[in-house]
This record gives sequence, structure tokens and C-alpha cells, in this order.
Amino acid sequence: MRGNNIMGIIFSNLHEDLINELTDRRTMGSVPFGGRYRLIDFPLSNMVNSGINKIGVLTKSNYQSLIDHLGTGKAWDLSRKRDGLFILPPFSNTSEYSNRVTTLNSIMPFLKNSTEEYVAISDCDTICNIDYQKICSKHLENNADITLVYKRDTIPAKLHDPVVLSFDSKGRVIDVLINPSLTGSCSFYMNIMIIKRELLIDLVNKCISKNTLNFKRDIIQAEYKNLNIYGYEFDGFSPCITSMGDYFNANMALMNSDVRKDLFNSDRPIYTKVRDDMPTKYGLGSKVTNSLIANGCNIEGEVENCVLFKGVHIGKGTKVSNCVIMQDTKIGDNCNLNYVIVDKDVIIKDERSLMGFLSYPVYISKESTV
Amino acid sequence: MYPKQEVVAMILAGGQGSRLGVLTQKLAKPAVPYGGKYRIIDFPLSNCVNSGIEAVGVLTQYQPLVLNEYIGSGQPWDLDSMNSGVRVLSPYQQVKGADWYSGTANAIYQNINYIERYNPEYVVILSGDHIYKMDYSKMVAYHKEKNADCTIAVIDVPLAEASRFGILNTNPDGSIYEFDEKPKVPKSTNASMGIYVFSWDKLRKYLVEDEENTESSHDFGKDVLPKMLSDGQRMFAYAFEGYWKDVGTIDSLWESNMDLLDPNTTLDLSDESWKIYSRNPVVPPHYISETASVQNSLISDGCDINGKIDFSVLFSNVTVAHNAVIQDSIIMPGAVIEEGAVVQYAIVSENAVIGKNAVVGARPEDIDDKDKWGIAVIGDNVKIGANAVVPPKAMISKDVEEVK
Repeated sequence: MRGNNIMGIIFSNLHEDLINELTDRRTMGSVPFGGRYRLIDFPLSNMVNSGINKIGVLTKSNYQSLIDHLGTGKAWDLSRKRDGLFILPPFSNTSEYSNRVTTLNSIMPFLKNSTEEYVAISDCDTICNIDYQKICSKHLENNADITLVYKRDTIPAKLHDPVVLSFDSKGRVIDVLINPSLTGSCSFYMNIMIIKRELLIDLVNKCISKNTLNFKRDIIQAEYKNLNIYGYEFDGFSPCITSMGDYFNANMALMNSDVRKDLFNSDRPIYTKVRDDMPTKYGLGSKVTNSLIANGCNIEGEVENCVLFKGVHIGKGTKVSNCVIMQDTKIGDNCNLNYVIVDKDVIIKDERSLMGFLSYPVYISKESTV
Repeated sequence: MYPKQEVVAMILAGGQGSRLGVLTQKLAKPAVPYGGKYRIIDFPLSNCVNSGIEAVGVLTQYQPLVLNEYIGSGQPWDLDSMNSGVRVLSPYQQVKGADWYSGTANAIYQNINYIERYNPEYVVILSGDHIYKMDYSKMVAYHKEKNADCTIAVIDVPLAEASRFGILNTNPDGSIYEFDEKPKVPKSTNASMGIYVFSWDKLRKYLVEDEENTESSHDFGKDVLPKMLSDGQRMFAYAFEGYWKDVGTIDSLWESNMDLLDPNTTLDLSDESWKIYSRNPVVPPHYISETASVQNSLISDGCDINGKIDFSVLFSNVTVAHNAVIQDSIIMPGAVIEEGAVVQYAIVSENAVIGKNAVVGARPEDIDDKDKWGIAVIGDNVKIGANAVVPPKAMISKDVEEVK
């Protein structure tokens, strides 16, 4: 299938309440991740790498950082004369965007005026490198109406209304359970799907007219017997961010070289806005082990098991272990940090000591001074 | 109709840079990688943008592919405006015939049409092989203040080195009375930086005259500037203070990279107010493993470091295996240093592979005959086999076989 027969839709706001420290002043999609990325870079790059070049980004509020990050879409090759990036905030009242169904309804002109046959829909809560071309080939092969991407794993404890799927031998969905009490591994929906555009329009219209506005219950669960809904298993690296703990662990997982090869697959690179930082400077006496470090840092102290974003400074005699330090944060001399998530533009003065724990990393909010 | 630009910059980027040997075999000197993520041309281009110059012509001739592709639309430097921005200007065929650029002045002469589109007052002539940060708008202001016809930027060099440069001798008011090319006994220490500001109507006249002169080699330094001086035009020296280095040789390229590691360097690339822009590769941050040790070095995105790095500059996507050692070296994008390899005082070019336990270069203190010591250079895409030894000062352009 040609990529340009698929359009993309990304929900940038959903799931924000799960990590409300990080989303206090930003959308889920603009949460920084992995040293130089924002969460939206993953679904955006995945779509672009699959040949999708018309992408609507739905965003409800708090979207200054998102719009600043996306710009014209140039960094994803989406600044185009034909198609490209469409940022779709609500017209006037944000209640239109209160759930998935009403949100889709409020972008009905965008959906109706498009000519693509299929729509790929993704949220920003799962970090993965996935090839939509492959999902589409399966979708066509199965003659499916909807293909739901799922993974087999234990359901993250805090995931909202997890959708657990059962399949027949051909992969067709034969049962849909929402929020069941299950233990152990099961097949749960990753909030990524492919659907025929006209079918999506019909289903949304139907829900609106009946005032049944729950996408999972009133579309997936209500329709699986009437429609050909198939599953597509994704078994690559794909952490779902449902808590600060998940966020921390997903960053730390990048120390594994197999994870990096999978997520930053050089055939399907992850694009992001560039900032023209100089390479990272390691001073005399610096000691760095097992860390992922972006350009523009200046390291004079000790760093172990950390993710350092662009422009972070680590002072002399400072020891930073098991931390995620976001861009332009400056840490002074003789500090000691362990299990801390430090947001952007924070200043940590000399001789400070901050200790969290693996199960509860301490969080320091954006632009604060310690 | 093009909107008027008060200043147009022309960057001379056609030189082969033969003294850089294998590094410029397949690319022009301005495209040589520098400083862990840049190419040399990023410096004049970024200086232009930061100085508010919006029309920039880049004159190419020798091996232009890499440079053309790198400059592209000019977007990384914000030089992709609707009616201005960066244009790559190669020699072309004309009604009266086709000529290569026969000299620096001839290159500008052949592109008079490009310059005239913008109806400029001043033209800034730059070279594409210097590393420095400079605000050209200040130099243009000085040119205006002196009501000059030509202003030449000069830098104060140590007296002992002055005989390697073109020296400008000036009157107390800054006006130039003499050019002294590589003088044995220098009268001053004002070395020309190869950066000129001309009033365009004057330059245009001299270019046309120079073109008609069959004896001329059509070079700014040798022909046009001396002619202007002997005609009594108003020529001034503009003193520049700060970091400036011509990176035309292996030694100076290596030194200039190492200068970035000096904590007291005067070339600050992290300065937010004068950024050096470049085309950024799409790669993740670099990873420093548990077995790695990194001291006093620059490391760029996409590297995977498992060995020991000291006093070195690593470009993007360099892989350094466990137990490999890199000291006092420059490793360009995509190079792979395999297990146990030792690289000292060397420049390893793009995508080269240094095999297991191979040895490249040596420390000067480990060599008795100092004349045999120098920076070892490995060309791009060259593979050095396992256990092979590349001596200091060597320049390798072909694969070296594995030693059993």
C-alpha cells in the first residue's frame, strides 16, 4: 500500500493526568524523553518513516511547548506544499475535546476533506519504533475494517481502561474486555490503530447521534462482532508511560544496547527539532559510565546510569547517579544526586544533596532553583 | 526584481586544499569536518547570518558534490529566504565560451550578475577555510566610517611567525601604505586574514579592468589589491581580536581541533549569542558504557563509547570498542575503532575502520627520530586490518591488510 493512501492522527493530550508533574505546563506529546526527544517524536517519526505525510496533531490545552517543538514540521519533513503537518487545537471551547469521540467529531471537516483511504491513529503514551506499512499490509491481507496494535505483557498498573483482546486462530478479535481484573501477561491494546477513513467518520457520527461517547466501549467493544477487527502484535521495545516510575524506567532502559538498536533503528530514524548545540565537553577529572548523553553538555564531575539532555552542566566534585536531567539544567560543584528526575532549566546550587529511591524518584520541577 | 541588500558576501570555496592530502581527495577544503560536528564552511556561513548578511554566494570549483549537498537549500543556517539566502555558484558556460575560475578575482568577476541582482553597496569577500567567529557588520561599519574603498581584516600575529603571512603596513590612521607578502624582516605584525570589504562600484571597476589585463593572474592578493593601492585608493586595515586559524594543513587542522579542548580557549562554541549552525545528523544521544573512560574530550551525538578516550574530538556516530584507546586524536563521523586498537596523534576520516589491536600513530615522546614524527591520517572509508601498524606522519588512502 502506498503510504500516501494513509493519513495520520495523533492525540497529543491524552493520559496527561498519569504524569501530572511532567505535564503541568506541557502536553503528553511534549514530555522530554531520551536525552533529545519529546514523546510525540516517536509516533510522528514512525508515521513519516512509513510514508505517511499528512498528519493531524490533536491538542487540547497547554500546547505552547508542543507548537514550539513542532514548528512547521520541517524536522519531520512535514513542511510541505501538499499535505504535511496540521496542528488541530479546539475552536473555542475545550469541552469539545473532552474525550476521543467528541474530539474526532470536532475535526470532522479535516477527516471529510481528506482523500486518503485509511487513517492511522496513535497516542503519545507508548514509546516505540513501529512500521505502519507492515500493519497496513496485514490490514489489507485480513480485509480488516479496523486493526488494533497490541502487545503481550502485564498491563501497566495505572493504565486507563486497558482493552484486553482475544483472537481466533486468524487473528480476528473475538472478545474485548475493558479494565478486567487479570494478573499476568495478556494481549492489551497499545492505543495505535488503522481504520478506514469513511468507517471512522460513520462510527463517530453514530456515537455522537446516540450520545455514546466512549471510544473503547462504544466503538471497539460494541462493534467487534459486526466489523472485521483484527489484532497486530508488536513485540519490540514499547514501554507505556503511566506513572513517573514508568517514565524513569523507560529512560533507564535506553542503557541497553539492544533497546537502543530497536528504538533508534537507523533505517527508521527518530526525528526531532534540532538546536545546534556543540558536542559535549568532558573536562579533566570527569568520570562517566553507563549513561546516555546529548550534545551541548559540559561535564566536570561524575555521572553514572544517567540520561543527560542537551545543555546540562555537571560541576566539579559532583556525583550524579541514576538520574534523568532535562535540558539546560545546571548542577553546581560538590553536589550529590541519586534517583532524581530534574526538569528543564533547573539550577542546583553547590553542595546540594538530593536523594530519591528506585521505586520513588524525586522530581524537581521546571525552572526551579535548589 | 530582487530586494536590495546593502551587503552581499562571497565565500571562496573552490580550493582543493592539497596540503590536507587524503582528507580533501573527494571533497573541497571547506567541506572538511571540524570540531566534532561542523564542517569548516559552517563558520563563514554562520558568521554571515549572525552579522545580518542575507545574501551569500559560495564559489565552488574543486570536488563540489559534498559541499553542494551539505549547503543544500541553506535551511540549517536560515539562509533559505524567498529572495535571498545562500547560492552555490559554480563556473558555467557563457556565450563567449566556458572557463574555470582562474583566480579568486576571476571567480568574483564571473559572478558579477549574481552580485548585481541585489544592487549592493558593499561586498564582503571571505575564504572557506578559516575557523573564527567574527561580526562582519562591525567591519562594514568601520569601512563606512573610514569612507574606504577596501578594508582588509588583520590579526596580530607573533613577530616570529609574521614572515609566514601577508603583512599589511599601516599609517597611524589605519590606512595601508604597503603589502608585504611573507616578508623576511617584517615591519609589523598585522597579518591579513583574507577577509575583504569592498565598496561594490570600486570593486566592480577593478574586476573588469583586471579581467582585461592579460598579464594578471586574476588573484585578489597578487593583482587586484596591489593595483588598488598603487592607484591610491582608500585602503584600511581592520584589526580583529579573537580566535582565528587557517586550517589548511594537517597540523593546523589537528591543532585547531585540540584548541577546543583547552579550558581557556578563546573559541567558545557554546555561546548562545553567536551560534555556529550546521546540518545535524538524525541520531540519538551518545552512549558511554560501563567499560568506557572519557577525559578532556568532545563527543558528539550517536557515538557508542566502550573504550578509553583522552584529549580527543569524536564526531557523530563513532563506535569505540572495549579496550580500544584513543588519545590526542580526531575521529570523524561514522568511524569504527575495534577492540584493542590504539589510535594516538591521528586523524581518522569518515567511516574508516581501525581493526582489532591495530596501532595508528604514536606519541612524540615514544619516537626517537623527531623528524619521523607527525600526525597520522587515515582516509575516508579506509579499513586498517587487525594488528596492522600505521606509523606516525603516514597518510593512508588505501586499505591496509590484516597482520596474522
